[in-house]
Amino acid sequence: MLLPIVAAMVLKVIFTPASQGVEITGALIYFTIPMPFMDLPIGESQVNSWLLIISIIFLCLFMTHGIKERPNLKRQYVIEWAVDKVKAMVGESMGEYFAGFASFIAGIMVLSAFSSLMSLVGLFPPTSDINVVAGWAILVFFIITYYKMKCGPVNYLKGFTKPVALLLPINIISEFATPVSMAFRHYGNILSGTVISVLLGAALRTLSAKILGWLPGFLGDIPYLQVGIPAVLSLYFDVFSSLLQAYIFAMLTMMYVSSAFDYDLYSQRQNDKQKKKQKKAAANA
Amino acid sequence: MELAIGIILGCCALGAGTAMIAGIGPGIGEGNAVGKACEAIGRQPESKGSVTSTMLMGCAVAETTGLYALIIAILLIFVAPNYLVNILMKFIG
Repeated sequence: MLLPIVAAMVLKVIFTPASQGVEITGALIYFTIPMPFMDLPIGESQVNSWLLIISIIFLCLFMTHGIKERPNLKRQYVIEWAVDKVKAMVGESMGEYFAGFASFIAGIMVLSAFSSLMSLVGLFPPTSDINVVAGWAILVFFIITYYKMKCGPVNYLKGFTKPVALLLPINIISEFATPVSMAFRHYGNILSGTVISVLLGAALRTLSAKILGWLPGFLGDIPYLQVGIPAVLSLYFDVFSSLLQAYIFAMLTMMYVSSAFDYDLYSQRQNDKQKKKQKKAAANA
Repeated sequence: MELAIGIILGCCALGAGTAMIAGIGPGIGEGNAVGKACEAIGRQPESKGSVTSTMLMGCAVAETTGLYALIIAILLIFVAPNYLVNILMKFIG
């Protein structure tokens, strides 16, 4: 289960170039695949997210193997609690029709939370690469558009001219602003945590060199102030912020998808279609 | 040449600093939201759970404008200088 994560660490250690001082760099690029239009770089974010997906699969298999009707294992209680929570959350905010969305929402939440938490073990969190998060946001955008299309393409196009036809350009912009804002929100939160941690580490090192630099020999080189203080900020930026962003991404997905779909109109159209079919059948007979 | 590159770097840093003025807005907005949530909890302590989760949600959405500014600032610091200097090199040759 932990093997893929360890593999990611080993890869990072092998490929990291030796450097001095504090640097804010993007993802390392392991190799590039030549493609017709643009070379496809396979970097840390792709490799890390695939390794994370493998570990999550094994985590699920571990949590669910050997479950019984009368639970006697601790992990069964944990997984049942989690499943119940997600189902209740989806039912509460999306309604009966979308009950099947629970697995998708749980998947996106777990993936997002664990990707952001990867920074705790010193790996590059895939969510601080905008391409990864933008991929998820575009997926959500396609789901939203699919559910808007379910009431017919004509109704979908008509939706842009509401409440007034004058607002057509603004409505189109706001349609595309949804995935952009979702991606930027997640990416910006995780990235700002990284940047602030790095800046604080550099500041504390300089400060301890200035204050305690008079100590003899190697004692003066140890950055004493760097011990402990960054952990407090890391608790907020790495743990709290990551979990909150995962929750918010899932919550916004649920809200956008459920608000895109008009159940009353949909059932009315289905009814009309059935009546037409019956009429046709009656006319044929 | 050095002067031109210096102007580019300086203006990038100035732009990044100016962009982060947008941090004021989310700060005020989130402060308002949290204050109102505290008032609501004070009035109805039994609704603490739902008020807190709604507030966190609203705060995260209100943060978006600040994050846009942050992304612009980061682009200006880490990406723009390289790009602009390359353009300058192409012009001067």
